Amino acid sequence: MSAHLLTVDGISKSFRGLRAVSAASLTVPQGSIVSLIGPNGAGKTTCFNMIAGVFKPDEGSISFEGRRIDGLRPDLICHAGIGRTFQIVKPFKELTALQNVIVGALRTEPDVRVARRKAEAVLDRLGMLDKRDQPAAQLTLPERKRLEVARALATEPKLLLLDEVMAGLRPTETDQMVAVFKELNRQGVTILLIEHVMRAVMALSQQVVVLHHGQVIARGAPEEVVRDPAVLECYLGEEAEV
Amino acid sequence: MISRLVDGVPRRALILLGLFLALLLVAPLLVDGYILSILILVLYFAYTGQAWNVMMGFAGQLSLGHSLYVGVAAYTAAALYVHFGIGPWAGVWLAILISVACGLFIGFLAFRFGISGVYFALLTIAFAEFTRVGFDHFDWVNGSGGFFLPVTQYSVNDPLNLRGAPVMFYYILLAITVLAFLFCRWLLTGRIGYYWLAIREEPEAAQTLGINVFRYKMIAVAISAGMTALSGVFFAFYYNNLFPEQIFSMSRSIELILGPIIGGIGSLFGPILGAVVLTVLAESVTEIMHALGYDIPGIKQVFYGLCLLVVIIYLPNGIWPPLRKRLGLGDHS
Amino acid sequence: MPIELVFTVAVQGILTGLVYGLMALGLSVIFGVVRVVNFAHGEMMTIASYAAIVAFGAWNIDPLVAMVPIAVILFAVGYMLQAVLINPFINRPEHSQFILLAAVAIIMVNGLLMIFGPDARNVLVDYALDSIEIGPLLVDKVRVITAALALLIAAGLFAFFKLTRTGRAIRACADNYLGALVVGLNVKKLYALTFGIGSACVGAAGAMMTLLIDTTPNLGPAFTLQAFVIVIIGGLGSMPGALLGGVLIGLSEAMSGLFFAPSAKTMFGVGILILVLLFRPQGLLGRKI
Repeated sequence: MSAHLLTVDGISKSFRGLRAVSAASLTVPQGSIVSLIGPNGAGKTTCFNMIAGVFKPDEGSISFEGRRIDGLRPDLICHAGIGRTFQIVKPFKELTALQNVIVGALRTEPDVRVARRKAEAVLDRLGMLDKRDQPAAQLTLPERKRLEVARALATEPKLLLLDEVMAGLRPTETDQMVAVFKELNRQGVTILLIEHVMRAVMALSQQVVVLHHGQVIARGAPEEVVRDPAVLECYLGEEAEV
Repeated sequence: MISRLVDGVPRRALILLGLFLALLLVAPLLVDGYILSILILVLYFAYTGQAWNVMMGFAGQLSLGHSLYVGVAAYTAAALYVHFGIGPWAGVWLAILISVACGLFIGFLAFRFGISGVYFALLTIAFAEFTRVGFDHFDWVNGSGGFFLPVTQYSVNDPLNLRGAPVMFYYILLAITVLAFLFCRWLLTGRIGYYWLAIREEPEAAQTLGINVFRYKMIAVAISAGMTALSGVFFAFYYNNLFPEQIFSMSRSIELILGPIIGGIGSLFGPILGAVVLTVLAESVTEIMHALGYDIPGIKQVFYGLCLLVVIIYLPNGIWPPLRKRLGLGDHS
Repeated sequence: MPIELVFTVAVQGILTGLVYGLMALGLSVIFGVVRVVNFAHGEMMTIASYAAIVAFGAWNIDPLVAMVPIAVILFAVGYMLQAVLINPFINRPEHSQFILLAAVAIIMVNGLLMIFGPDARNVLVDYALDSIEIGPLLVDKVRVITAALALLIAAGLFAFFKLTRTGRAIRACADNYLGALVVGLNVKKLYALTFGIGSACVGAAGAMMTLLIDTTPNLGPAFTLQAFVIVIIGGLGSMPGALLGGVLIGLSEAMSGLFFAPSAKTMFGVGILILVLLFRPQGLLGRKI
């Protein structure tokens, strides 16, 4: 239908009368990297959760590759080709790093031994192959964040939703992650990310969408958006990292 | 398929396992009737614990009502045999079917309505209790008066009807236990095993990786209930009498799950080791008390409870995980 | 069936249900705060019952009087149980906590069995067979007294949690464990206190129960189950819910005994439980889970 892989059209969501997201729209072109930014409580994660199938939007529609996906269960969203990470990481703690990723790889590959090789390749791509046999519970936070990405990646998504994977990383680690995502993107994975770390947003995204009080207040190339007065106002005093 | 069962298992573990199996195979030749009856009890608990472990250890769903599946299956097979002359090997299929149906019913209600954790555990107790009282008033199987199978001479072995000497029961149960062990190993190393562990650890994350959580939980309940049904059929034909108050009781459910918990939840050898430790412990306490001349009812169970306390306090993951590490057997099996 | 009989049985059931409610209140308070399901609850109740039986047999003390020291002793038992055994298990998985308390329960039941044997025992006070006329109904005096006392104790407990500093601190722990730690509450001590209070409730209920039914060691697991049923029907963690659940169960037991077989009475209770779990899993008066 269009070059847009994901089209979010006017979605809203309220919790007990509180409007978390209000008629938000955004599009993610095939092969691009789009960032969703905004102050805390702006409704970014709620947006993600609607795309990923955790919540059904009260209004509006979400289409992926021209097919309506709003209201589908999270596992079906995954099968449609969308992988996600969680802001608060949820590793399978008792399993090793490799086993964590194998679970993801099994989506497309029912044979465990083939899935294992695939999982090793993914871990290698994220520079975590040396941690393969460590239980996830023993990994550091940055490692767990990367594991989260690896697991999602192993499901072979066309679109990757990244929820604050840079938070808590040191600048050098952030740069490493940025390089990883750039490489992934070059290999054909489209990425939509929620991010607070502007260093990463600026380096990665072709397009930025700003959410404030549940509404989209600005969108465009990163350099334009950061000069937008409305954006500056909503961030004033909020983000030291800008 | 065979290679998947032994993949990644250290050679030492295979050798030890082989030795253990060989010991079990020749055991009846070496021991007297009393010890044999204890070994049968060990295998019974090992097998049933393995069945329960599929649901709790693999898929993370705590059932405290497994006596329901034992009881329903025991009654089904026994009633078919007594009322219609249908032998256990034919009746077992209906027994499994009914047990699985019960499990799926409970699972469907619980998982669809989002009941989990403590609430799920209490729901399983409630269903077992409900069924117990139901069977107390079920006249076709003689209600609370108890249901009895005709007892034949022990000298005649009739494996087709599960009538015969304890040795026959021992070997049949050993075969079932070994098959269950291999079956569980096969499950655990396959896609379904990974999916269960993922659901056990983080259901939400599992779902975002494309796992239909509801379906895989239901499969776990079905397999666990179906396996447990076999214990029930065995129980009926080994003991020849069934009382709702005993077979469906909560203490029976608890008895069934102590083995895997003591041995190590989620491990394959844990339920077996747990059954050995618990049964041997219980019997030796009885013996010692008897030898010392104390025949007070309850003293054995008090000691049993104390041992449980010590294990759960000092070995939170059960006996097997630290033991296998010490034996250098890797993280699986 | 004469309508007076139905009403009499119903009232008796409700009165007994209030004592059940007091027992369940103990469980509910413990779960609501400590978030641990006390699998030894019914067993603690039978310990209290036997204490009352001994007090009556040895010194002829009325269970309604013995109730006070028994509640104090059970408080101590509960306090120690939490402080020594359960506190280290607070962050362990549910099945670990379960087996810990199951072990405690096994020790308690069989300890009682060792000491008192399997036979049923009872307490026969001189007013055991007296009745009180309420309009056209003739109700057992002991049931009226015990129900009134159960209500009184429950009211005292409500007051404690609403009005006292310690009570409020305990509720703060229940609402927000981390927050309670942050503001410097001694959470472990408050947990032990809560377990003690819950145990004192069950102690009082156990002493009173000797006036209503015969006691055997095996009543322990049955009471544990019944306490679960009541508490889940009323709402795990809800105090008024426990009383309401107790009354419902008392009533359903009495009615099923009257219209069906007395042995079928638990089936109705469990049946109600299954319905509640499926359609209102948080219980009748519970907060949403």
